Amino acid sequence: MKADITLTVNGEAVRETVEPRTSLADLLRDNLRLTGTHLGCEMGACGACLVLLDGVPVHACLVLAVQADGQKVETIEGLNESGQIEDLQKTFHDRNALQCGFCTNGMLMSAHALLAGNSDPSRDEIRDALSGNYCRCTGYEAIVDAISATAEHRLSAERRLSKMKGAQ
Amino acid sequence: MKSPAFDYVRAESVADAMSAYAAADGDAVYLSGGHSVMPSLALRLQAPALLIDLSNIAALSGISLDDGWLRIGAMTRHVQALNDPLIAVHAPLFAAAAPFVAHPAIRNRGTLGGSLAHADPASEFPAAAVAMQAELEIASSQGIRRVPADDFFVDIYETAIEPGEVLLAIHVPSPVAGQVIGFDEIARRRGDYAMVGAAVQAVSTDAGLEDVSIALFSVGNHPVRARKAQAALTGRAIDAAAIADAQAALEDDLNPPDDPQFPASMRLHLARVLLGRVLANLEAVA
Amino acid sequence: MMASTDHIGQSHRRENALRHLAGRGRFVTDLALPRMVHAAFVRSPMAKGKIVELDVTAAAAAPGVVRVFTAETLNPICAPWTGTLDHFAGMKSAPQNMLAEGQVLWAGHPVAMILAHSRAEAEDACELVLLDIEDEDAVVDGDAALVEGTPLVSDGIASNLCYRTVLETPGLEEAFSNAAHVVEGRFTFGRHTAVTLEPRAVVADFDPSTGQLTVHHGTQTPYQFQDVYAHQFGLPDNKVRVIAPDVGGSFGMKLHVYNEEMAVVAASITLGRPVRFVADRLESFVSDVHARDHRVSARMAMDAQGTILAMDVDDMTQIGAFSTYPRTSVAEGNQVIRLMGAPYTMPDYRGRLSVVFQNKVQTSQYRAVGHPIACAVTEALVDRAAEQLDLDPIEIRARNLVADDAYPHVSATGYQFEKLSHHAALAKLRQMMGYETLREEQAALRKQGIYRGIGIASFVEITNPGAAFYGVGGARVSAQDGAIVRLTPSGEVHCAISVTEQGQGTETIIAQVVADQLGVTPDQVKVTTGDTDTTPSGGATWACRGAGIGGETALRAGRRLQAQILAIAGAVLQAEPATLALAEGAVIDRATGQERITLAEIGRIATYRPDTLPEGCDNSLTAVQHFAPTGYPFDFTNGIQASHVEVDIETGVTRLLKHWVVEDCGRIINPLLVDAQIRGGVVQGLGPAFFEECMYDDMGQMTNASLADYLVPMAGEMPDIEIAHIETPTLDTILGAKGVGEAGTAAAGAAAMNAVNDALRPMGARISQTPMTPLRILTALGHV
Repeated sequence: MKADITLTVNGEAVRETVEPRTSLADLLRDNLRLTGTHLGCEMGACGACLVLLDGVPVHACLVLAVQADGQKVETIEGLNESGQIEDLQKTFHDRNALQCGFCTNGMLMSAHALLAGNSDPSRDEIRDALSGNYCRCTGYEAIVDAISATAEHRLSAERRLSKMKGAQ
Repeated sequence: MKSPAFDYVRAESVADAMSAYAAADGDAVYLSGGHSVMPSLALRLQAPALLIDLSNIAALSGISLDDGWLRIGAMTRHVQALNDPLIAVHAPLFAAAAPFVAHPAIRNRGTLGGSLAHADPASEFPAAAVAMQAELEIASSQGIRRVPADDFFVDIYETAIEPGEVLLAIHVPSPVAGQVIGFDEIARRRGDYAMVGAAVQAVSTDAGLEDVSIALFSVGNHPVRARKAQAALTGRAIDAAAIADAQAALEDDLNPPDDPQFPASMRLHLARVLLGRVLANLEAVA
Repeated sequence: MMASTDHIGQSHRRENALRHLAGRGRFVTDLALPRMVHAAFVRSPMAKGKIVELDVTAAAAAPGVVRVFTAETLNPICAPWTGTLDHFAGMKSAPQNMLAEGQVLWAGHPVAMILAHSRAEAEDACELVLLDIEDEDAVVDGDAALVEGTPLVSDGIASNLCYRTVLETPGLEEAFSNAAHVVEGRFTFGRHTAVTLEPRAVVADFDPSTGQLTVHHGTQTPYQFQDVYAHQFGLPDNKVRVIAPDVGGSFGMKLHVYNEEMAVVAASITLGRPVRFVADRLESFVSDVHARDHRVSARMAMDAQGTILAMDVDDMTQIGAFSTYPRTSVAEGNQVIRLMGAPYTMPDYRGRLSVVFQNKVQTSQYRAVGHPIACAVTEALVDRAAEQLDLDPIEIRARNLVADDAYPHVSATGYQFEKLSHHAALAKLRQMMGYETLREEQAALRKQGIYRGIGIASFVEITNPGAAFYGVGGARVSAQDGAIVRLTPSGEVHCAISVTEQGQGTETIIAQVVADQLGVTPDQVKVTTGDTDTTPSGGATWACRGAGIGGETALRAGRRLQAQILAIAGAVLQAEPATLALAEGAVIDRATGQERITLAEIGRIATYRPDTLPEGCDNSLTAVQHFAPTGYPFDFTNGIQASHVEVDIETGVTRLLKHWVVEDCGRIINPLLVDAQIRGGVVQGLGPAFFEECMYDDMGQMTNASLADYLVPMAGEMPDIEIAHIETPTLDTILGAKGVGEAGTAAAGAAAMNAVNDALRPMGARISQTPMTPLRILTALGHV
């Protein structure tokens, strides 16, 4: 039996009628045509389908659309438009931290969550945070570099800000 | 890899969940974090008529300290095992195990109760529960009972939870003075299921180790209590000789599965190496 | 002719990366067309057997099902294909069809195709198909396949041997009998697979009203598939359009003909509506080509000083039930035996190759075809020789690498090297990695029970292939490329080119090359790739040809347009074109550098006011150029890699500490992108060295066919990689660029194996099999 669900996707209220077996990933991709969320394994092993569910990264392939009823979902499209990850996107671009682009959504989600909880991660902590994100193209180093550079930029911006405050 | 069709209900109470299960004539699966259920559905390894979502049941959430026991609701997410201050102090082996469990996004969603109920012999939390001598609180239509972790894990993917029953919470006895713990595993890649893992808890006294509790995982069909190794350590200070005796005792404690890709001899060897390392690095918690 | 080189050689960033970062990629998996139906396949659960019964009645009646096809109803509209080539004399393979006819030949062989309104419904219906297979003894091992009395892999072949060949120099026997030292080894290189993050994906859309077939296909070689679809389905090729939009990884795996893609096209032609197939990850493991699967016995002869005299190599490779189409499954083995010993002045050689069928998924070309095998065997034997002669691994290489001033050089296997830089690379590597310090550290740590190893591997890589690769064997595989460059009416530039983009940055480097010919910036050059209707025909992406061949094509097309622009400008300005040049978006006076007229003005006049041009002045602002490599049959590159590892000798777990690469790909168009290719390539070499393996049981079932069980390299285990370059441009082209995409993969595994063995040396243990798993290392150490 199909179910009616209501959720917030990238700040917009969405009402859909879905089969209970529909994954959140399929809802986003097929019903809402938010195709920036990718499917690489459909069993939570590759990280290509990460979205923010009520603010934390989860595998959209391991969550049913009906489970997301009443919740808030943010996809790469939403993060992009909100400007929240603009600096991450820029360092990924500068460092060429992507090739085919299929893992990029998941990498950005993991990086975004890491930096929200750890403003100064070591390279090893970054690699650990990416341990569930598969990339076949880059060899990972450029991605680690880009996240590390973003953290440095944010920290030095903060330092500048606190210096200015201190001067006042 | 699309799931077969099923119906879905979000239970609001344990009674709700159990009556939905009964109404489906048992052709139902409980869904907590879903991180084991969803892949098995996508692989079409099971095709239940009904999925019963437990995530909204208040009785399954919350972490509280009560009379020397920490009650951890079954819906507690892996990430809380990593971050929760009560778990850090009162169920320290869960906190020690959590970094080894899968990856950050999985930990955001996967639940402790789900992990224990799934009872994968290679997974970390079940062994931690056994080593901490936790008790599992299970609801059935007859009422609520508590099962010691040693009796909870029955076989591969099989626990003391009977069909239709719901795991409510994990109860962990608070550490006593002198308590030490150790947790480690050997895995191919970070976050992978362990090739071999070890969870150890003991009380360090002037008379040597007491209440030694060793649970090894990925060495059998469920977490294995290494009782001979425990005995070899009891009443002794941790030194090279004691560790060597404990390692030697694993020969009798373990009967690992044999597989051309992973021979029993390799599991036994790795279990000894790992146990030695964990014992050499026990840390005080209380 | 003066050409500015402002942009070639610069680390320009990729414009197309911005779309991916914004979640605006355009993959075939994202495509939804009106009336599109979804395909799922019923596959053989057994490695070999006879189809006794196939009943699709219930499936056809299932909810959402539009059509069910079996071999009987689908195969007749597509001509069978056979994966043989004439230059591999005597090779044999059975013809292939879309759906199994009578006999199934590997676990995963498609038997029936179901089309439904959703993929979920198609999968539901697959479970309703009644398939009864009479089990036959599967042939799973290549050595066993060749033993007399072993059953045939399929009824369609007369022998389990697909191909056998031998290369031998006349002095081989003598070299070995005169040798002061002979080292030898037996090596096993496991089967692995590409695991592109975007699985294989195709949407075929046949319009019966016009006879137009459009195939949206996640491939690296759209023109090849245009030709394949036209030929196999009897369509004129101008009625076949193949569009390869963003492709989520390819690496050689997506240039082979697969049953499923052909079946989807057949179904769309039959139904007259769009049909979509996206392999799920389980299907990928049992239908994408696998790679490698070699067993090699090899020995190396040396004189008393450690000079390599000869190698004698026997490679047996196992390719599945069929040779792939259209490039065959022999190409890899052929390269293995020809690349052995390639960096060294080794005068004599014998290489034997046996290519053997088995009841498994096909193996075929995958990034660095043959190179990792030849490199690992050669470099392992060089290290064994060093050990036997008590020479440092660097020293023995210095004694044997072809001297940098000894070119042109022809290898013992017949490869012609224009100019390589092995000694310069070796010197640079030694300095970059701090070799002596690492050795000191290694010795000190050993005393503390920490076992680190340093492994080195020199390599050559085949790039810029001409028609010698496939064309001479009769394959309809293009070795030439084409570009159309035009100046827009507003003075911007557009380039449509046949080389394709899978994220390596093809479009960016083409823009850089074209920009420099036309005096504009790369962001003024829009590059279009991947569509057979809008770009000229060409080879696209394979064997490291995008920069070398595609770049040269773009350069020549750009120069042709430059001449046309200057001719028009000359007419407008009443100046000799030879006195003019292009720079900063304008036509300038060559002598003074003074701007004479902007490109925008040229575009405007030629487009809107051609009437103002002098009589006879050609107003064309579009130039077309095709280019086929001439001169050397291939442009070889060279380099050297080093791996630093720590082996936990109690657990067998290896930690990768660092990796170094010195590489010479000729003229570097974009350093950022070259390094990205090397790093990605190295990790694709380290994956199968330590983790990746398609494991099979005795019945021919793949036992780890999911992404939970097949271990790909992840961020936590991979090392940082330091890179340095030497630039030896090829003189075969104006641009001087060679390929770089496979260099990392070619030698990373070889360096890693040498490093692990270096770490294990104090224990007298040695490993000769990949992946180098904890089990294999513990076995080598005698712990298991």
